[in-house]
Amino acid sequence: MAKHHIEATVNGDVVEFLCETEETLLDVLRDTLNLTGSKEGCASGDCGACSVMLDGRLVCSCLVLGCEVSGRKIETIEGMAKGESLHPLQKRFLEAAALQCGICTPGFLVASKALLEKSPNPTEHEVRYWLAGNLCRCTGYDKIITAVMDTAATMRKG
Amino acid sequence: MGEANGHSKTNGHSYVGTRQIRPDGVDKVTGRARFGADYNLPGQLIGRVLRSPHPHARIISIDTSKAEALPGVKAVITRDDFADQPSEFIPAGEMMMNYKDVVRNVMAREKALYEGHAVAAVAATSVAIARRALKLIDVKYEVLPHVIDVVEAMKPGAPLLHDDLFTVGVEPKPEKPSNIAKRVEIKQGDVEAGFKKADVVIEREFKTAPVHQGYIEPHAALATVSEDGATELWTTTQGHFIVRAHCARLLGLDMGKVRVTATEIGGGFGGKTVVYLEPLAIALSRKAKRPVKMVMSREEVFKASGPTSGATVRVKMGATKDGKFVAAFAELKYQAGAFQGSPVQPGTMCAYAPYDIENVHVIGYDVVSNRPKVAAYRAPGAPIAEYAVESVVDEIAKKLGLDPIELRMMNAAREGTKAAYGPKFGPIGLEETLNAIKKTEHWNTPLRKWQGRGVASGFWFNIGGETSVSLTVNEDGTISLMAGTPDIGGLRAALTSVAADELGVPYDKVRPIIGDTGSLGFNFLTGGSRSAFSGSMAIVEAAKQIKADLCARACKLWEAKPDQVEFSGGYVKPLGALAEKVKPMSIADFAKVSGKTGGPIGGVGRINAQGAGPSFGTHLVDLEVDPETGRATILRYTVAQDAGRALHPAYVEGQFQGGAVQGIGWALNEEYIYGSDGKLQNAGFLDYRMPVASDVPMIDAILVEVGNPRHPYGVRGVGETPIVPPLGAIANAMENATGIRFTELPMSPPKVLKALKEKGLNKA
Repeated sequence: MAKHHIEATVNGDVVEFLCETEETLLDVLRDTLNLTGSKEGCASGDCGACSVMLDGRLVCSCLVLGCEVSGRKIETIEGMAKGESLHPLQKRFLEAAALQCGICTPGFLVASKALLEKSPNPTEHEVRYWLAGNLCRCTGYDKIITAVMDTAATMRKG
Repeated sequence: MGEANGHSKTNGHSYVGTRQIRPDGVDKVTGRARFGADYNLPGQLIGRVLRSPHPHARIISIDTSKAEALPGVKAVITRDDFADQPSEFIPAGEMMMNYKDVVRNVMAREKALYEGHAVAAVAATSVAIARRALKLIDVKYEVLPHVIDVVEAMKPGAPLLHDDLFTVGVEPKPEKPSNIAKRVEIKQGDVEAGFKKADVVIEREFKTAPVHQGYIEPHAALATVSEDGATELWTTTQGHFIVRAHCARLLGLDMGKVRVTATEIGGGFGGKTVVYLEPLAIALSRKAKRPVKMVMSREEVFKASGPTSGATVRVKMGATKDGKFVAAFAELKYQAGAFQGSPVQPGTMCAYAPYDIENVHVIGYDVVSNRPKVAAYRAPGAPIAEYAVESVVDEIAKKLGLDPIELRMMNAAREGTKAAYGPKFGPIGLEETLNAIKKTEHWNTPLRKWQGRGVASGFWFNIGGETSVSLTVNEDGTISLMAGTPDIGGLRAALTSVAADELGVPYDKVRPIIGDTGSLGFNFLTGGSRSAFSGSMAIVEAAKQIKADLCARACKLWEAKPDQVEFSGGYVKPLGALAEKVKPMSIADFAKVSGKTGGPIGGVGRINAQGAGPSFGTHLVDLEVDPETGRATILRYTVAQDAGRALHPAYVEGQFQGGAVQGIGWALNEEYIYGSDGKLQNAGFLDYRMPVASDVPMIDAILVEVGNPRHPYGVRGVGETPIVPPLGAIANAMENATGIRFTELPMSPPKVLKALKEKGLNKA
């Protein structure tokens, strides 16, 4: 069976790749494009460690097929920092110790950025429900939620 | 030479006790950090495991010929690729292990003992080919009756897992084999006499479900074996030296030829202290002579890696009417999974450790059944036993009309108390945590109907153990720090603070890494809450060597005597009259002239860390029960725990908060659910429902610091104790919310709803 030839944009770069029908976008990112920042925790859309933006929408890349992304725009954790400067969320996560092992961190950051773009002044309740699709087993979520709320406040001030 | 021990417990530090940015942090927020599954090698094959569909079956034959003939398949392994191991128990962290069982757990031999038990493995040029190959392996099974429940497994006539398993610890030695591997016991005083003195006696039986550590990163390993037997392995583990030892033993390799690198680790909680994929990947690579990468699916993680025990626990406690505990008995029956080795021993030891009780008797049983072999899970064994005890303590308080904190305070273990499991405690902080909780606004806030508040305390031993670190002064005066215990939650930040303070250099001039097994002396694993405790001790030792060496070099350069120089604040300083002739030299100054003064500068700390101080904690929780659904929602949560001294307060708080939330999951939702067919029905994150952000509130963390006198900074391990109190605290809160004493975990909505209906409390 011939592989699919796909052209898409990943973190602003045009990429071309070949993929099998059953390969997920996560497989393509990790195994073909060597973008291993997105993690596989479950392969069933339950843990959020593989969160990416697809045409501006937050998705679990393990639930998208590689051959579905033709002509579409993908943003991953690797594209979050701009040049030498970390995104305010990345900075705040570090300052607030909002990660322990760090395996869920890329997913939380991508999901949190999506939230703040949509809702710059979220309540704690909103943050908790928005991030309910991202599992963290280390932190108990406290410092993650605080970091997102604090970043939102900083970003509102400009 | 002055200030060799510039580490007074209360002051003089620049970084210890502050919230520095973790040195490995930027890599982790940018996706650069490489975890287990992120490593690849040119020409690598993909390894996959064939697992038993049966919970209990004799393996009659395994025919791999069709799989081997499939183009793209480069190696197939089965039980025949592993030599049998003699029965011999060796210490493995807080538990014991036996290679006879380990070799059978990594690859089934005579029988498959649980659904998901590895039976064969293949390495192929693609995932698709590997999957097809698994289907071509023909295994003939004789399906046997299975047993899942611990009480069922103990009954005479229960299906037997091992016909050579005779209960140890009973006299006379049993004539017949059984599923009871071991009976353990601790005894202090005379419980019968103690119960006679009691005005109130409460006896209850509790049941807890097995729960998984739930690390988000599945097990992963990448191995490459060359023609001369040189072996390299990258794996996500809590102890790469231990992995090396296990693999060398299981595969007959020279340890010196096996180099294991611990990748970044995506959570472990005890579950990554054992081997699963590692020996398989090496065996496949040895056969195929190509690198082999193996990664578990989440389903495999649930079915084939260690959860912790489910258990049945009976607790009986007696107290006088003024609240003094006078006798305590407990019987613990812990599931070990398919092979012996549940954490029942630490369970017996921890059960009553928070209290000063004259008469204690605890009996424990280690019971095998057709489930995956348990692995350590954060304070292994303690949460189960202490949940049962803390529930009964609360009942005693109710019955006597005493405040539950006051009752605990009255009976609390303190300095000088002889614990029922043996030792006399040094300075410990249980009372301080009770006091801290009592003073919170949380404790004093009123509640509404259907809301309840619960409190519980908890204990964990903590361990030290063998530890090697190195500090190297680079040519420009910067410092390379190498530790050999995988960093799961901020270890590098803590050790860097210590090294910077010891050497008097800026934090960002010290760069830490986790060295591989070829780069450092032996390190026991990250477990037992030991890595920051032992690692910081070893750093102090390594820094001491550097400071002594620099002082000696200064004496040479300055033609001075040892008492004319001292190391302080990052400099060797001339003292007295010498100070007028020469200027202090910094570490960087010495680095510039290292070639002329004796060569490379560095220190190595190789210690067997002793004096780990136990950590006590007290948790306070408010919850609300929805009488229509039975769902309990955690409203508010406060943790107070003795950290001895927090090297990095934010990561210590993180341990408290994370442990509390894992405990919430254990108490309210998480469980392994088996069908009557002996198969796990919820092997995925959707159905094995761990707490998500919307399930929990903020977790207030109170750092109590009662210094550990046996550590240069006063440090105690902090990682495990936080998961001990939540189960009891939440059960006590449930009782206060509903008037019902729940004696079975998890207190999931169906169970709670049923209990409410039985009491006529449910209006729906």
